Amino acid sequence: MSAFWAILAKDLRVELRTLQSLPAMVLFAVTTFVIFRFGLDRTTLEGSLAAGVLLVTVLFAALLAINRLFVPERDEGGFDAIRLAPVDASALFWAKVVALVVYLLALEAVALPVFAVFFLEEWSGLVPLAGVLLLADVGLGATGAVVSTIGANSRARDLLTPLVLLPLLVPLTIAAAGAAEPLLAAGGPQYGGVGKWAAALALYDLTFLLVGYAVYDFLVED
Amino acid sequence: MSEETAAAPETGEPAVRARGLRRDFADVPVLRDVSFALPRGSTLVVLGPNGAGKSTLLRIVATLLRASGGELEVLGARVPRDAWRARGRIGYLAHSPLLYRDLTVAEALDFHARLHGIADPAARRGELLGAVGMEGREGQLVRTLSAGQLQRLAVCRCLLHDPELLLLDEPAAHLDPHAMAVVAPLLGPAPGRTRIVVTHDVEGGLAEADRVLVLRADGRPAYEGPASGITADEARAVYAGGAA
Repeated sequence: MSAFWAILAKDLRVELRTLQSLPAMVLFAVTTFVIFRFGLDRTTLEGSLAAGVLLVTVLFAALLAINRLFVPERDEGGFDAIRLAPVDASALFWAKVVALVVYLLALEAVALPVFAVFFLEEWSGLVPLAGVLLLADVGLGATGAVVSTIGANSRARDLLTPLVLLPLLVPLTIAAAGAAEPLLAAGGPQYGGVGKWAAALALYDLTFLLVGYAVYDFLVED
Repeated sequence: MSEETAAAPETGEPAVRARGLRRDFADVPVLRDVSFALPRGSTLVVLGPNGAGKSTLLRIVATLLRASGGELEVLGARVPRDAWRARGRIGYLAHSPLLYRDLTVAEALDFHARLHGIADPAARRGELLGAVGMEGREGQLVRTLSAGQLQRLAVCRCLLHDPELLLLDEPAAHLDPHAMAVVAPLLGPAPGRTRIVVTHDVEGGLAEADRVLVLRADGRPAYEGPASGITADEARAVYAGGAA
């Protein structure tokens, strides 16, 4: 656990100090909402369209952080340092998953109110929506950490990571949109079907957390 | 001088034993047929021209790179299969300092101390920073250090967990004579400490070596044996493309 906390604390400290990912994610999300607002020429959104706009924006904003997730490990010898230490390499995986979830929560703390101001007439669905987003964040964190590790060791990192990651995120997007759609329905949130999609999201999360944990040693070894 | 191969351990189980090590990068061989046995507590100095595979050999022994062929035992562990048994007992000073640039000096060393499970990181950090003449720089960001200061900090990182096996890749790089004099005793021979040192300082290397490995430009060993079996001129001849 000590290695996990050391890596997580290092990541959060460096992000707070350098602000390399979070401001870019927030700016990207807000700008995307502005583009959707004018591109769709709509002042309100509801149902599947609202869910789609929100989730696709969060997903693409997450890509900015995922692409940078292992840059210090690759460029500053972090992979070597961790492999030289008597620690399980999966500590790196878990720390990166949690760091990514923290970044996404911080992003959503800003992006969700902005989304609501731009597009929603009815805000009472936001609290259960935050729960859906948390489940989506865990899946994004797990999948993102695995794919970003693969990408970090490739010369085509900026290209490879989104190309591999986006298809893997299709099931997550379908489940998250399915859960979010009734919560953003016109006239207030409805809860029919939310549980089923939330369960699918949780299953996705569990699958990729287990896959990441199982294969991570092989990913970081030469 | 006669060429020797795969020296037998002098006493007890060697700290590092390599048999026929080979490493290819994209089918280009950079290291070929390297064999040696390094007794515990002794120093192997690796010499050879640029591109001879010296740093590659060090990365393989550090368990960071897989050999394409051959056998390797490090501190009693078969590598790569049992590499986990050797990790945490190796101190690796590489060309890259293996330090996060956006941490402070204290944070960077404490990070490595936590990875290695050091009980009192602050005390160990203070001890080492004092030893390399960097006390008072704990709050300075790593990325603001000069190359020489960074190398001294990397020495601290390398020694933090008091490793049994030191792998030193040109440890004098970026260090001025004073800094080298400060750092040399820390990286030098010590009871129970086995060292593999890559250097281009032929005379200095031979003076501190128990055993010597000279690699040719094609990655094949030109000489492997006791330091007394090769002269500086013979070692230098390999740099010029001759035989040892």
